Amino acid sequence: MEKNNRKGWLYLLPAVLFLVFFMVYPLIDVFVYSFEEGYNFASQTYYDIGLYNFSYVLHDAYFLQALKNTFLLVVITVPLSTAIALLISVGLSSIRPLRKLFQTIYFLPYVTNTLAVGLVFMILFQKTAYTDGLVNLLICWFGGDSIDFIDGPYWGRMFVLCFYIIWVVMPFKILLLTGALSGVDQNYYHAARVDGTSAFRIFRKITLPMISPTIFYLIITGFIGAFKEYSDAVALFGTDLNAAGMNTLVGYVYDMLYGDSGGYPSYASAAAIILFVIVLTITCINLLISKRHVYY
Amino acid sequence: MKVVLQNLTKKFPSRGRKAGGDVTAVKDFTFEIPDGKLVGLLGPSGCGKSTTLFMICGLQKPTAGQIFFGDYEVTELAPEKRGVGMVFQNYALYPHLTVKQNIIFPLQNLKGKDRLSKAQMEEKAYEAARLVQIEDLMDRKPGELSGGQQQRVAIARAMVKMPKLLLLDEPLSNLDARLRLQTREEIKKIQRETEITTVFVTHDQEEAMSISDRIVVMKEGVMQQAGEPQEVYDSPVNLFVAKFLGTPPINVFQGKVKQGGLYIGNARVLEVKRLPDQEVVVGIRPEGFVLDANGPLECGLSGVEVMGRDISVVSVNDFSLNPTIRSIIDAESKVDTACGAVRFSLKPNKVLLFDKNSEERIY
Repeated sequence: MEKNNRKGWLYLLPAVLFLVFFMVYPLIDVFVYSFEEGYNFASQTYYDIGLYNFSYVLHDAYFLQALKNTFLLVVITVPLSTAIALLISVGLSSIRPLRKLFQTIYFLPYVTNTLAVGLVFMILFQKTAYTDGLVNLLICWFGGDSIDFIDGPYWGRMFVLCFYIIWVVMPFKILLLTGALSGVDQNYYHAARVDGTSAFRIFRKITLPMISPTIFYLIITGFIGAFKEYSDAVALFGTDLNAAGMNTLVGYVYDMLYGDSGGYPSYASAAAIILFVIVLTITCINLLISKRHVYY
Repeated sequence: MKVVLQNLTKKFPSRGRKAGGDVTAVKDFTFEIPDGKLVGLLGPSGCGKSTTLFMICGLQKPTAGQIFFGDYEVTELAPEKRGVGMVFQNYALYPHLTVKQNIIFPLQNLKGKDRLSKAQMEEKAYEAARLVQIEDLMDRKPGELSGGQQQRVAIARAMVKMPKLLLLDEPLSNLDARLRLQTREEIKKIQRETEITTVFVTHDQEEAMSISDRIVVMKEGVMQQAGEPQEVYDSPVNLFVAKFLGTPPINVFQGKVKQGGLYIGNARVLEVKRLPDQEVVVGIRPEGFVLDANGPLECGLSGVEVMGRDISVVSVNDFSLNPTIRSIIDAESKVDTACGAVRFSLKPNKVLLFDKNSEERIY
């Protein structure tokens, strides 16, 4: 037993080494940075140790804007994308002809480059001197007023970003959900039908509990993914997200490190730690809730 | 409620590139299930018995033919509207619900004036649970139950709304031998008490014979014979039915009829009047052999198996179509194992003759 134990550790060693060097050490480092005020990379010096970094970040208007944006993205995209993906998956599983074709079509966004998709969205939504963009043409067609989604009002920009994120994360969710749905034993549906169960009740009482582990997995990873949202915003609004008012938490951290206003590792670390605490809290809450609603 | 199946046919489209035409799972099946009786659908796997059951409950639509529940035609009716109870082969208990929730589930589907109050539902669930003796398991999940207990829960769930028709798809095949024996008696008892018309699918002939009021033997989608178990056993219509029923199975010989006598090889084993001279297939039930020092049928003795109540003599004969002949003899008779041969005379009513080509029964 003792010998086996040692062997086990030996096998784990490579992975553990990598984790320690590239995950644990940086994490601790970031934690340390976040308390070192005015740290300078070049000279490796700092003035003082304290909570000033956190105080600065929490009072920074850009950070607060990023926090608000990120929260909105999370609250809007995670439930919506999961619900729509579920709807599409259920639809996909209930058709037989052309199912493969539709599965491929729904999966295409997943293999498409984010920036390329961003470009397409710009063309669809942006209002330029030459054209109002396809979406605006449609809106005008139905009698509405055209809106500049990219440089216009805040809600318009938020709408495009949410739309974009939902569209990008959907394929993966559909893939997993169709897999989970096809994994449900048909006999349960047969039994339920013979017992006179309505389609809606079958869905609520049998399908949903049966695929609840997958849904739960998607919600947790969805929350984490949405909190770490950054690249999609860049694809739509360019690198200067602060100017566009569409920055996210990760974007803020990045800007603090490398952006035009960059060179503030202490502030970046403090912001990263705040993000970490938020994600950890939300995930813990998710886990607690799931205990009651997920059946393994 | 009696159930009438009229010319029921089910064809499945065949898959694959090379496949041509449809696969006929059930062909022209006509049968009346009498009110309050237990009917066993019996046949080897792939004979269409489960398909027949699925058509009765509505999960599969017949390609042709009609189904009547009482006087109502239900051929086109969706399964959820037929109001039958069904026990699936793997029970299909909802794993995320407790036993009680599983049993109540069908009651919660009722709408309008049929809807019961919560207390009534609970009472009905306990009533059904009592019927199969699982009252103390009500708060467990199916995963925490043994196979036999799960099977009872499945029966309780199928019975809770007191259906007019109960369907059982190989209900005992997942149980061990002892439990199977016990459960089949219980199914019979419950069926008698509740007088629910019941159809029961199985490939195990012993199971079907022991509890059914009527059995229907199927082969490759075609009904071979229907009737009371003893009657089907005693006078099967063809060689298939004769071979399918009975353990140990019937012994089959090559034989011929000559001048009013039945010959196996050169031995004239039985007098058969009225039959023209011809080659035949002879079926002899294991219990049709009688040890007789002067008996006409001589076989090479290869062993004796003692089973307590009786003994099974295993022997060989050149004209047997099976590798060995099994005969069941009273335990008190003595078999001389030393001499290497054994002689039998035959009980006439246990000897069945079949046409050599059509395999239909001729005597």
